[in-house]
Amino acid sequence: MADYSEEFAAIARAYEASGGDAALLFNKRFAGLVVSHHRILYRNSIPGVLIEGQETPTGARARITVSPGTVAANPVHLCFGVLPKEGLQEIVSEFEIGEGAKVNFFAHCSFPNATKVKHIMDARVHVGAHAEMAYSETHYHGEEGGVEVLPVARVVVEDGGIFKNQFKLIQGAAGDVRLDYEVELKKDAVGELDARIYGKKQDRILVKESLFLNGERARGLAKSRIVASDQCISEVVGEAVGNAPDARGHVDCVEIIKGKQARASAVPKLQVIDDRAKLTHEAAIGSVDKKQIETLMARGLSEDEAIDVVVKGMLR
Amino acid sequence: MLRLTDISLVKEGRKILHDINLEVEKAEIRSILGVNGTGKSTLAYVIMGLSGYEPTTGRIEFQGEDITTLPISERAKRGITLAWQEPARFEGLTVSEYLEVGRRHASQTSLRPDECLEKVGLDPGKYLRRAVDVSLSGGERKRIELASVLAMGPRLAILDEPDSGIDALSIQNIVDVIRTFSRTGTAVLLITHHEDVAAVADRASTLCGGTVLKTGDPASIARFFRNHCRECTHVNVPLEQEANHG
Repeated sequence: MADYSEEFAAIARAYEASGGDAALLFNKRFAGLVVSHHRILYRNSIPGVLIEGQETPTGARARITVSPGTVAANPVHLCFGVLPKEGLQEIVSEFEIGEGAKVNFFAHCSFPNATKVKHIMDARVHVGAHAEMAYSETHYHGEEGGVEVLPVARVVVEDGGIFKNQFKLIQGAAGDVRLDYEVELKKDAVGELDARIYGKKQDRILVKESLFLNGERARGLAKSRIVASDQCISEVVGEAVGNAPDARGHVDCVEIIKGKQARASAVPKLQVIDDRAKLTHEAAIGSVDKKQIETLMARGLSEDEAIDVVVKGMLR
Repeated sequence: MLRLTDISLVKEGRKILHDINLEVEKAEIRSILGVNGTGKSTLAYVIMGLSGYEPTTGRIEFQGEDITTLPISERAKRGITLAWQEPARFEGLTVSEYLEVGRRHASQTSLRPDECLEKVGLDPGKYLRRAVDVSLSGGERKRIELASVLAMGPRLAILDEPDSGIDALSIQNIVDVIRTFSRTGTAVLLITHHEDVAAVADRASTLCGGTVLKTGDPASIARFFRNHCRECTHVNVPLEQEANHG
């Protein structure tokens, strides 16, 4: 039998570097899944939260089922990583959140040594009626910038359900990020998408967040906070479609440019099909607000320190 | 402590400030009264050294040092700070963190964040963890701005209309905070157009059309302001149209 103890320790270290607590990751009271490259190193189900996994030649398939009515006291911990400098990891996942269930996911993705790593995350999510799912994904990359991150999520939220997602990539070089999330919201459902990415050097960032407000009184928020420094290029497409009476959607994008060669653009796409729906958007692109910087400088911070405080706050 | 000599500022062909001569002594509360558009905030920005507010002529000295060309942060490190009339909002930054920013270069008179909030009439238990963002009302944000100045414990606090946007019942609290500064040795340059608030000062001046019109005790300056300035339209007159003030 192969000995994965060293890989286990390395992925745990990478998990901690990305802000996770390895002690909780391997705590049997917490449902969890750890996939290192193409290997499932750890999988733990708890009553009401079933984690199924299968290794594939390029990564893993996972199915996570939360039984109807389950209120998970502890978050589900997910850890995906590639430790070698090069490699492909493709995670195909399905999330089934049963009616009335409530569950939080803490996902950490670590690629600390990457020079040529491709990470594909293809998720199908079904949030049952009146269920609540929060998914927080934090990335930890090395400084080389050799990571391609391709997270795709297709989410359906049934009547009265709530789905909240936060994607955070602020440690290390982002690499080439193409995030593509779509959420379909039914009657009285709530959906929130929140992407926070710090792009440096040659990073390329494309964020596409789409809300389909298909049910009466559905509410959605597509929020993005991007910092593009050095030669980074970022583009945000925030989309909302109002298909139902009294549906409300808002697209909120802030992109900060640091450096003369960085580029940022924002494309809001709002479409009202039902004339009783209401969609709004706001976008701010540019350098850090001068007044914010001068306020902090008036407390003694240098200009660079002040920019750092503003940027870190925004990406938090 | 602070001395302005013949300060003038011309922006886009308009003489915003001219021939300003002003002194503020240690622990003195010096109020500047003036109606909207007379250059009060501009004067504050010139003293703080904000970008785009470098004086066209004149000299700014602080504790005997010429600081006319020093950047904002260097002035702050020497003990000058500014509370904005409409303070900036910071997404993701908590009140506690904002106040700690002020304490990075704090003096011995600096207060702890919880003490600062109590001084400005805000409950630390409710506010320390809140974000300094759009969720705060205008009045709350202004109080936190004052608290941030208290956290720094500066030698000179420039307070740009700390009373605007504050409900009438809380004005006394703002006046008490201003007195606190003075008691701890901090000089205050208080910019306001409320005579009642200006009355807390040791000395007052009226600003008109970008220059100091009159200086004296707060009561006499308040009288002058009431009788001559409230109805005055002599504000920011362009260079080519400038007329003598009657």
